[in-house]
Amino acid sequence: MAEPLLSIDRLSSGYGDFQALFDLSFDLQQGEMLGLVGANGAGKTTLFRAIMGLLPRRQDMVRFRGQPIGALPTSDLATLGIAMVPEGRRLFRSLSVEENLRIAADYGRKGHWTLERIYALFPILAEKRHAPALSLSGGQQQMVAIGRALIANPDLILFDEISLGLAPIVVNEVYAAFPAILASGVGAIVVEQDIARVRKIARHLVCIREGRIVLDGVAETLTLHDLTVAYFGE
Amino acid sequence: MGAVNLIDTLIGGLLLGGLYTLFAIGLSLIFGVMRLVNIAHGDFIVLAAYIAYLVIGATGLHPLVALLVIIPIMAMIGYLLQKWVLNRTMGDDDVLPPLLVTFGLAVIIQNALLAAFTSNSMRLSAGSLQTSSLPLGSMQIGLLPLFTLAVAVILVIVLEFIFARTRVGRAFRATSDDPQIASAIGVRADHIYALAMAISFATIAIASVFLAMRSNFDPYSGPARLIYGFEAVIIGGLGSFYGTLAGGLVLGLAQSFGAQISPNMQILAGHLVFFIILALRPRGLFPKAP
Repeated sequence: MAEPLLSIDRLSSGYGDFQALFDLSFDLQQGEMLGLVGANGAGKTTLFRAIMGLLPRRQDMVRFRGQPIGALPTSDLATLGIAMVPEGRRLFRSLSVEENLRIAADYGRKGHWTLERIYALFPILAEKRHAPALSLSGGQQQMVAIGRALIANPDLILFDEISLGLAPIVVNEVYAAFPAILASGVGAIVVEQDIARVRKIARHLVCIREGRIVLDGVAETLTLHDLTVAYFGE
Repeated sequence: MGAVNLIDTLIGGLLLGGLYTLFAIGLSLIFGVMRLVNIAHGDFIVLAAYIAYLVIGATGLHPLVALLVIIPIMAMIGYLLQKWVLNRTMGDDDVLPPLLVTFGLAVIIQNALLAAFTSNSMRLSAGSLQTSSLPLGSMQIGLLPLFTLAVAVILVIVLEFIFARTRVGRAFRATSDDPQIASAIGVRADHIYALAMAISFATIAIASVFLAMRSNFDPYSGPARLIYGFEAVIIGGLGSFYGTLAGGLVLGLAQSFGAQISPNMQILAGHLVFFIILALRPRGLFPKAP
């Protein structure tokens, strides 16, 4: 088997004295999309924060293309090829739509994704390129957040609850961009509340509960019952 | 007050406001980027004036030419100060630790300057610039104050341009908005903060030379400069360089008109206007949208 893109190896982390993640281990292959599911407070966002170095973790707990990256500062990850679409979008409020994209391009890598290609993917953003980022609708802001991750040309994107707070029809619009995103060869971990949707886009599912992995398998072999049990416990 | 006297006071106030804008602009910048209040800002202005005194003594350059040496020296001091000292105290949304460190620096700088240069006041000679003036109707406008105001306005425009239009300006604003997410896209906050402090110290160098050509300074001149700069920033509204310019001009005008009432009123009038504006518009005259 080829070397995984990302290896999480007995990862434990938390906030100060409060441990939120316990010995998590899983692999993500090159170009693969992994669905990360679990109830609120299970530790999904915490896991992303630990991968990104926004929470403490040890050197060997996170490996990217085989290289231990657990001791690297967050700001080194963009040039390695890791990007995040954070929960709540967290666009830069004093930057315009285009500036939000441009700054990620400034510090990211060169490659397939350019400002023009992001605008082709989300035409509405071209129209609003000079508007303050936070003046956009929730769905449009989510497109900016996704564009901001893509334009750095990462090999791995962590998508955190991109449908949170959006109307279902808008969610469809945002997810419509996923085939194009994956076609560019990027691997992804997608945190999503809507299990049905995750099963459609992700082959590999990981479910965490109370900071521990309770299920790790191929989406089509898992029944809804398996997932429900994993979600809520017996 | 006659019409000529009124215009004279008005122009005098605006020109004085130019100097206060120079005091304020670096404070405004670092507060905007990293919510840091540099209590030693005025003392670094005085320190820069003494460095200018040494550079001019060694080279015989005109103070304005000596700026070419002093600006890089101060920018370097600012960068290293932020990188090695202040960055270690930042974070966790607690503004107190860096503020206390700069307070300590203020005391250290004052006493070090006292030990090195005694408490005798000094001044930098601006040569013919000191005494030249432009005739305007029946009035004479001093060339040095006019030049000070022009430099302040240009500096404000340049900084606005850097922040609005350049790559580093985007990084300043993004880091100010959300340092975590900025780091997640590859911006190193510690470097950005140090760059902001370097630019702030470059403005300190400029402010110091214009201060020292205009009036006497001694090791204890710093705190009053900090107060004027701080008042200009608050009057103008945090987060905008144009606001800081407006704040500097308002403060200069207030002092100028205060001095017309009574020479003793000059400083107090400035403080009073500051308090009135703070009471009526706590976010200043031109606040950035929240």
